[in-house]
Amino acid sequence: MSASLMPKTILAKLTWAGIALLGASAIGGIALHRGESINAIWFVFAAICTYLIAFRFYSAWICAKVLVLDETRATPAERFNNGRDFIPTNKWVVFGHHFAAIAGPGPLIGPTLAMQFGYLPGTIWILVGAVLGGCVQDMVIMFCSTRRDGRSLGQMARDELGPIGGWAAMIGTMMIMIILIAVLGLVIVKAMAHDPWATATVVGTIPVAMLIGLYMRGIRPGRVLEGTAIGIVLLLVCVVGGHWVDQNEALRHAFDWDARQAAWFVMIYGFAAAALPVWLLLAPRDYLSTFLKLGVVFMLAAAILVLMPEVKMPAMTEFARTGMGPIFKGDLFPFVFITIACGAISGFHALVSSGTTPKLLANEREIRMIGYGSMALESFVAIMAVIAATVLDPGVYFAINVDFGKGAEETAAMISSWGPQYQVTVEQMKALAVEMGLPSLFARTGGAPSLAVGMASIFHSTFGGEGELLKFWYHFAIMFEVLFILTTLDAGTRVGRFMLQDLGKHAWKPFGDVSSYPMTVLASFIFVSAWGYFLWQGVTDPKGGIRFLWPLFGISNQLLAGIALTVATGIIIKMGKLRFAWVTGLPLTWLAVICTTAAVQKVFSPNPEMGFWSGANALAAKIAEGAIPAEKIAETWSQVIALRIDAALALFFAIVLWVVIFDMLRMTLRLRAGKPVLPLSESGYVKSDPRLLAGTHA
Amino acid sequence: MRELAFAAGLKRAWSYLREVTGDDAYERYLEHHREAHPGEAPLSRDRFFRERQDRKWSRISRCC
Repeated sequence: MSASLMPKTILAKLTWAGIALLGASAIGGIALHRGESINAIWFVFAAICTYLIAFRFYSAWICAKVLVLDETRATPAERFNNGRDFIPTNKWVVFGHHFAAIAGPGPLIGPTLAMQFGYLPGTIWILVGAVLGGCVQDMVIMFCSTRRDGRSLGQMARDELGPIGGWAAMIGTMMIMIILIAVLGLVIVKAMAHDPWATATVVGTIPVAMLIGLYMRGIRPGRVLEGTAIGIVLLLVCVVGGHWVDQNEALRHAFDWDARQAAWFVMIYGFAAAALPVWLLLAPRDYLSTFLKLGVVFMLAAAILVLMPEVKMPAMTEFARTGMGPIFKGDLFPFVFITIACGAISGFHALVSSGTTPKLLANEREIRMIGYGSMALESFVAIMAVIAATVLDPGVYFAINVDFGKGAEETAAMISSWGPQYQVTVEQMKALAVEMGLPSLFARTGGAPSLAVGMASIFHSTFGGEGELLKFWYHFAIMFEVLFILTTLDAGTRVGRFMLQDLGKHAWKPFGDVSSYPMTVLASFIFVSAWGYFLWQGVTDPKGGIRFLWPLFGISNQLLAGIALTVATGIIIKMGKLRFAWVTGLPLTWLAVICTTAAVQKVFSPNPEMGFWSGANALAAKIAEGAIPAEKIAETWSQVIALRIDAALALFFAIVLWVVIFDMLRMTLRLRAGKPVLPLSESGYVKSDPRLLAGTHA
Repeated sequence: MRELAFAAGLKRAWSYLREVTGDDAYERYLEHHREAHPGEAPLSRDRFFRERQDRKWSRISRCC
């Protein structure tokens, strides 16, 4: 191992003791603070010190004792180097690729929603969940895949656990993609609805992407930096153009869409992006959104450090005690752990950590920095989302994120009645909406608008400018969020289409032909309809839809993490390291407990606001009583059916997780009893040749 | 001396940016191809770039 487990010199010991002390006091400070407000800089210190300590000691210990990384062993990139997908690559380049791949909108949205419990539970979970769960998962899966020629999670599950594990991973992945895309689509819809400026800007980014696609294909093939630089300038023009549209009476009307129109737009876009050739829309838009994403994340970090804003949200709200939160119902346990998946532990990362990244690693020792380190950085993005949500007045935060299905006056009065910290008035919200340049900020659920208000305030206060500029910051923030949600949405739809074709070919052979255009269109259509169904359910829900789609997404993501950790635990046990199996076994146990509890509560809770099944029954009873107006009956019935499907899905997720866990336990028992099990599928040792790798180490 | 170090730093940053974005992917491919398959014709820039994109977007390369 390159790093020794304990610091050697006195100076190193003192430095690490100092980092530990600063981290502990920062965490103590934010945990015990009970005043009006607390400075955001303490969150930054708490987070950075936690990551540093965990990376320096825990990850080094895992790499040395559990995984036993071997820097003399050739990686798949070295052995299969073909100059295309297997390429030994500089460590920091791989870090950049890996971080860009794992950092999506999840760590921004989940923490924003979870702030209804107050800042403390979410913050603690983001830190503890990341260093003991998410970072460990990403690193161990990356290790397992690197030792197996860069195979994917699904293949590893099949090779190591057997067909049950393989099927569970495949179906789990597909389900999570459907729910994920639906809920992210809903977030975009909520950000665009009745905000002509935002809508026009987002629509404008599509021709920009196509233009850049044509440029990089036809005019200057493969000139990525040139194309991206032009594209970024055009994106900023879109933000300004959106304002111009908003000023023009006729155009404003044309772009003033309601949620249903915006949902159709998102579905048509998703279909087009999956069915069109990638170079035209998907790939160029991804270059733009990746640049914007990384740029804005670093800008936000810098702004928080310079501005040092005050966090105004209480440490714990009463919803942490009552479980009757207005954004989503449910007790602190398990729902804070379900709401914040990405940022603490995200099963989706296991799909990138296996397959994609291991094919680029020049040396095994880099797994520690790239696997563990990237996830720590993503967790830090979640901490910034916490800060951006909690610097708002709590009353304003709730007024934006809650949809009571009531008017502005009544909503403001209800929120203000919760206590002195939650005061909010209609005038205050109106003034804020004018500042941000949109008609109203009430009930803009989904997390994106409140995050944009928080970010716009932080940017505006840090970088200055006239009062008018705040509107542009707000819409810039919205464009940033929407762009990289669209990246997840279109990339996910395309991969989902391939998975569907791969599954469907067992039933009907021609369906699996990915080069056939009719099959491409058909499979894309089916996959978009699948997520479009859940998106539509969210859009037609009178209370905003996020309240049941987000928990369903959290459960499915944690299920995937559970499958990944089960595979990892099985491999560690088969490596003869049963005594270290707790490294992945502990986070697995925790996920199994929260996933199961959440699924059972979401399905069986007698409270119709909370349980899928009782919610469906309550709606059906309303129809039977005649309490639903005639023109709404058909739509209410489809809500009833959708809630029942949600219930079945949540239950299905929990069952799949337990099937995989039992499969792994059965294998462990057989191994201990000396019975035959599937052998470790690790590829043989080949000595690394440092001469071949010259120039890839930094 | 300081100017020289600064220029070298800038150059390093630029080459990092090119590599991480894939801007120099084709040049790297050509270099690999020359060493691994001397005498064979490499893919054209256009074709290499197209295949690279198709590969990237046929697997999961973006998360939530």
